[in-house]
Amino acid sequence: MIANLGFFALVLALACAAYATGMAVLSVPQRKPAWLASAHRAALLTWPLLTLASLCLIFLLVTDHYEIGYVSHVTSRAMPMYLKITAWWGGQAGSLLFWSWLMSTFAGAAMLRKWDRDYSLMPYVIAVTMITVGFFVGLVVLFENPFGRLWQIGGGEPFTAMLQPAGAAPFVAADGNGLNPLLRHPGMIIHPPMLYLGFVSFVIPYAFAMAALITRRTDDEWIRTTRRWTLVGWLFLSLGLILGGRWAYDVLGWGGYWGWDPVENAAFLPWLTATAFLHSVMIQEKRGMLKKWNLVLIILTYALVIFGTFLTRSGVLSSVHAFAQSAIGPAFFTFIGLTFIVSLTLLFREWDHLKSEHQMDSLLSRESAFLLNNLLFMGIAASVFWGTVFPMISELATGQKISVGPPFYNRVAGPQFAALVLLMGIGPLMAWRKASPKQLGRMLLIPSVAAILVVGALLILGIRSWGALLGFGIVTLATLTTLIEFGRGTRARMRSTGENAWAAFTTLVARNRRRYGGYIIHLAVVLMTIGIIGSNFFQKETQGRLKLGEQLTLGRYVMTYDGLDEFNTNDDRLVARATISVYRDGRLVGQLHPRRDYFVSSQQPMTIPGVRSTVEDDFYVLLVDWEPIAANGATFKVYLNPLVNWLWFGGLVFILGTLIAAWPDAERERRRAPIAVGVRV
Amino acid sequence: MKTLKSLFMMLFLFGALLVARSASAQDATPRPVTADDVNRIAKKLFCPVCENVPLDVCPTQACAQWRATIREKLAAGWSEPQILDYFVAQYGERVLAQPSTRGPTVLVWIIPPLALAAGAFVLWRFLRQMARPAPGTPAAAPTPPDPADEYAARLEQELQERR
Repeated sequence: MIANLGFFALVLALACAAYATGMAVLSVPQRKPAWLASAHRAALLTWPLLTLASLCLIFLLVTDHYEIGYVSHVTSRAMPMYLKITAWWGGQAGSLLFWSWLMSTFAGAAMLRKWDRDYSLMPYVIAVTMITVGFFVGLVVLFENPFGRLWQIGGGEPFTAMLQPAGAAPFVAADGNGLNPLLRHPGMIIHPPMLYLGFVSFVIPYAFAMAALITRRTDDEWIRTTRRWTLVGWLFLSLGLILGGRWAYDVLGWGGYWGWDPVENAAFLPWLTATAFLHSVMIQEKRGMLKKWNLVLIILTYALVIFGTFLTRSGVLSSVHAFAQSAIGPAFFTFIGLTFIVSLTLLFREWDHLKSEHQMDSLLSRESAFLLNNLLFMGIAASVFWGTVFPMISELATGQKISVGPPFYNRVAGPQFAALVLLMGIGPLMAWRKASPKQLGRMLLIPSVAAILVVGALLILGIRSWGALLGFGIVTLATLTTLIEFGRGTRARMRSTGENAWAAFTTLVARNRRRYGGYIIHLAVVLMTIGIIGSNFFQKETQGRLKLGEQLTLGRYVMTYDGLDEFNTNDDRLVARATISVYRDGRLVGQLHPRRDYFVSSQQPMTIPGVRSTVEDDFYVLLVDWEPIAANGATFKVYLNPLVNWLWFGGLVFILGTLIAAWPDAERERRRAPIAVGVRV
Repeated sequence: MKTLKSLFMMLFLFGALLVARSASAQDATPRPVTADDVNRIAKKLFCPVCENVPLDVCPTQACAQWRATIREKLAAGWSEPQILDYFVAQYGERVLAQPSTRGPTVLVWIIPPLALAAGAFVLWRFLRQMARPAPGTPAAAPTPPDPADEYAARLEQELQERR
């Protein structure tokens, strides 16, 4: 009953999205504002309908309706309530519904804005968002229906279908399979919604960009209108990536936070193009240049958002052939292809109208620094994209699958990242239009000298890895130039207004949030880079089999094996929990409990590290194996991850900076008059 | 001339010494294979079943088996390239975490630098084209005498605007 209601709501939502798209597009040639108003209402109606469908699914999940295929697949009786709710996005069908619901939420929020100034864009914003909503709801209705019931013919394998097939009897599972244990971590519960939020919010700027292209309103109004959407999308995407890294570090048990897994890359790719976009729109806003390029970037970001969902949802990663067999793979592929071709066609139609309003004045200018930034972001995106799709291409072309693992990405993208951080240190010092080399040299003098001193000091301390030395040098330079930028602004304000340093600093940041929020993000990137350099270049590891009381040494740490308990929990786990003592420089600093949880019904092990975390390093212990009589021996794998906490701390600063940059500013919203070029810093 | 000759002599002796050293190293009884030796090689491998989990950290039984194989081969005196080749021969190129630079997989390495170079070329062309002032447009304003004051003024102007 509830399942039927949910499915009915889904079908209605699909119909609404289709109706809204058609009416919105037709209202223009027909000159019928009433049609547009109707399309607007239909578009808004998708949200309550999808909300109803989602509530139905949640109800089925929490009330153990195991006659529903999806419910029996992702939940089990032993699971606590909150996990049953989050199972909404724990499996394929549910997560597609979740995606659709979020998309419709964002589309609805965009619909409810004031349209007085850009009424002519509305039909196409409705069309683009509703096509996207419709596509995802269509996938759910046609191929991945979470409301399908279980049926059985004879004594055969149960299968899922919405309507009773001939000769089939209803099948009710006694208990469900339960959520994949790896997904039962708080980080993993928040991580997908964050990523999806980021994904769907980028659809809004894309919709406005397309609307601007179709209506030939190719000024930068679409950029101003969607600036906040872009920043919010970027915030969620960044948050999703950081949380994903933390989850990997806490749960996956391989001592790291980023494995260049295709699923990670799928989320990272739109982030890269979006970051390039966030930078290059500044040139368009200030100088009226790069209009075509910004459209290319937002089209790419949208395509990569859909591509990312496609990668993770179509099964293409395990094998190209699995993809071809899955129903949604080809549908996704067609959708990406079509939207990409249509977008580019629209762009080329307007190509000649998208002329720059200004000339480039000098090769040494903020503009060219931003362009170089874009080149590097695109270079990284191309490398990551190529590495991610190459195994599929290879499988299609030669029938042979290959792997593209972390060494590839570190080698190919690593140097480009280093160049990017270096540029991050120099670019903000360059003036718009034309920077003077002499002045630039003067401003870079202190940071460069400091960078050289730091590298020299590290050499004396015995660090010989040239990659790390270069990295730390670049990081020093970028830190100082960014701090100097804050200092220069503060001093300039103190001189002109007579404020004290703190007041000058806070008003400076508050008055130009986007710029100084951006610099805070730059500082966060520096912190994160320090963490990445430390954990990449100086990670140590060892593995050893210890009898009770024996010890293992790694760096300045010594650990002893104190014992191991095995016990059953009431939520279907068999837990082996070791106790070890950790000594640093001979002094006891604490006890750790690395664990191996075995999920009995899904037969899946999960390795939870014991970690001693400090600013300097993480001592990270994994329980690999143990003897039936545990006192006879247990095997531990131990990592020493220097500076890794700088990454997490940097992540927090990163989010803070983004919040500062994106925080609504009621005053500014009201008077968004275009500002004459050349007067902004 | 004489110095050159003696230099060659020294080089030869040094080379001979190296050969002798490595020969004696092979003769010496091998030290026991540690888990770290195994992991060093396992890090470079993916098993075909566990997607994207490097072999050194994969918790499955099958992967433990592979690590045991590496240990056996190491104990038998195999070198790292020999062991990697063995797994490639058995299971195909996909077991290598780092795609080979020989054969068709070289494409995975070549394309990203080429793409970056192509992008850099396009950017350079664009900048040249943009930087060439169109006839009739005035040249960029000369740098003002005191850049620090100019900076303060511009900043203030902007802050005023935003008030």
